[in-house]
Amino acid sequence: MEALRILIVDDEEELVSALKERLNLRGFQARGVTTGTEALAFLEAEECDVVLLDIKMPGLGGLEVIRRIKDMKPRLQVVLLTGHGSVKSVEDGMALGAFDYLMKPVKIDSLVSVLTAAAAGRKFEAPQEGGG
Amino acid sequence: MTELTPDGPVTPGLSEGEERSLVPGRPYRRILLTATLSVSFVAIVPLIIATGINYLQYQEAFREEQSRPMVRFAANGKLALEAFLEERTAALRFVSQTRSYQELTDPSTLGEILEDMKSSFGGFSDLGVIEADGTQLSYAGPYELEGRDYGSAPWFREVIRQGIHVSEVFLGYRDFPHFVIASYRETGRGEGFVLRATIDAEYINRLVGSLLAQPGGDVFLLNHQGILQTPSRSHGEVLTPAQIPSLPFSIQTELLEIQEPELGPRLAAYTQISGSPFVLAIVSPGGTVTPGWTGLRRNLLFFLFGSTILILAVVIWGSHWMVGRARNADIARAAVYHRMEYENKMAALGRLSAGVAHEINNPVAIISEKAGLLKDLLLLSEPLPPKEKMLDLLDSVVRSAERCGGITHRLLGFAKHMQVQTETIELDQLLVEVLGFLEKEASYREIKIELDFPEEAPEIVSDRGQLQQVFLNVINNAFAAVDDGGRIQIGIIEGEPGTISVWIQDNGVGIPEEHMSHIFDPFFTTKKGAGTGLGLSITYGIVQKLGGDVSVQSQVGVGTRFILTFPIGKPEN
Repeated sequence: MEALRILIVDDEEELVSALKERLNLRGFQARGVTTGTEALAFLEAEECDVVLLDIKMPGLGGLEVIRRIKDMKPRLQVVLLTGHGSVKSVEDGMALGAFDYLMKPVKIDSLVSVLTAAAAGRKFEAPQEGGG
Repeated sequence: MTELTPDGPVTPGLSEGEERSLVPGRPYRRILLTATLSVSFVAIVPLIIATGINYLQYQEAFREEQSRPMVRFAANGKLALEAFLEERTAALRFVSQTRSYQELTDPSTLGEILEDMKSSFGGFSDLGVIEADGTQLSYAGPYELEGRDYGSAPWFREVIRQGIHVSEVFLGYRDFPHFVIASYRETGRGEGFVLRATIDAEYINRLVGSLLAQPGGDVFLLNHQGILQTPSRSHGEVLTPAQIPSLPFSIQTELLEIQEPELGPRLAAYTQISGSPFVLAIVSPGGTVTPGWTGLRRNLLFFLFGSTILILAVVIWGSHWMVGRARNADIARAAVYHRMEYENKMAALGRLSAGVAHEINNPVAIISEKAGLLKDLLLLSEPLPPKEKMLDLLDSVVRSAERCGGITHRLLGFAKHMQVQTETIELDQLLVEVLGFLEKEASYREIKIELDFPEEAPEIVSDRGQLQQVFLNVINNAFAAVDDGGRIQIGIIEGEPGTISVWIQDNGVGIPEEHMSHIFDPFFTTKKGAGTGLGLSITYGIVQKLGGDVSVQSQVGVGTRFILTFPIGKPEN
């Protein structure tokens, strides 16, 4: 089975590096960036299955990033990562088309299953894309 | 909980010590004293004046009542004495005019005339004819007074001058108190003689004594020099100065209140006996203070005393009650303020905690992932990961844990109960600490914070917790005012000697002019549903409490500048 390509976007570099390594150990092909701008640049250049996106970031915030991702690649799945249950920003993110959200600190098993489900959701939709 | 707040539980409300410090006793005692004195004064002074007027009026009425019988006695006595003297003067004049010189100088005829006068009028004791040179030619009476010279006697000179004269009482040659009625008859060309009758003082003594209607009083005659002309009961012997004040000559009856040596105050009436040198004096039997007056006076004084006590009691009770109410209201207000201040702090804390939760979740997430990765490496990879890799991960865990610790400590420092504890504070460090709470928000919102601190760290003696709250409130407001990407400048400048100012300027929306006068009012807010309206009013209250001052400059669309000025030394209160 082809490894799922994950892009981790968070302003905490240490978090990004640890998550990346753990996901890689679990058979994902994870990459990481620390700003919204970098994430968009990466997505311009490379293919990716799921984006794991922190909502609160300096500069280009998570909500703006998801809006642009959906503009750029509407079917690319985004899973939101949030530091706290600020209902408002999560709701906004979900309304912008996020697949799901996770609260920090996140359990690796939950992350794996959400990422897998998100990727599956995309795969499930793939025939429609092909047919359309 | 005790570990979190070493100074005691975080509760609103006032401890006893705080209550005392908020509501010092001294001003209330002064208010109490002022109120009691002023109200007592306006209540008691009119009472005293009214009672005094009453007292004087009653006294006047009683005196009037008392003096009326005295005046009547005096008038009756005057009439009786004047009639007595008039009769005898007329009789003497009649004799002197109707009898010839020869008849009168004949001792036997003169004796007959004396007997006639004695039987018709009474009171005459002898009769004599005196030549114009003062030699007594003839004499009828019990004494051997023929040939005596009266040329130098005062009465003799008076009778030559006036034609008729009633003398004062004197002793004369006979050495016995008597007085003289004399009539001068001119016989032609500077020649004439004096017919003189003497009247026994005893006779007029009885007459005067008979006037005494009531026992206990005194009646006597005086001359104009105050010498007693008749004996008195208690005012001296005849021909001695009377122990009673004399009055200047007056044709009317005069009343005088006199002080008797042992009897106390008495009323004395003086009246002039016309045609004589005599003044009739009557001294009232009873004191000037009658039982009726004594009773009334006692009642008046009792009324005054009782009313004063009552007024004082009511005033003292009322003042205590009112001042007590005021004090309780002040305490209640202070407690409400204290609670407001506390709730504002809790609200600020609530706002912060959301941010802090996010902030703290980042290092926790790192710890979680680093530890998870370490576990993954130990479980999933063969052989064991290199030592450096594991140490690196553990370092990261420790660093993140320290980050968490820093955040919690900052929060705890803020959550401490706001008891006024003065200490030396470096304002720039304190501001940096406060900004620590907000730096994440600043970074997310790309708000630029520019600090303009002098190189020498300015130190002030103040309360750390209160200053934190003040700066947090004002900087929070600046954050609320600016758009994302806005700018906030914070600076410290030395103000007037002994003070230091912190200014906080934003380039936000500004405060409309119509709001400027309300921004420090409690519950004034423009953040619909989001603000309590307490932040600035509490900020103002705290700054005042710390002995400082707040000023604001603002322009809509340009920004707002708050200037907080604090004394460098310890605040006075």
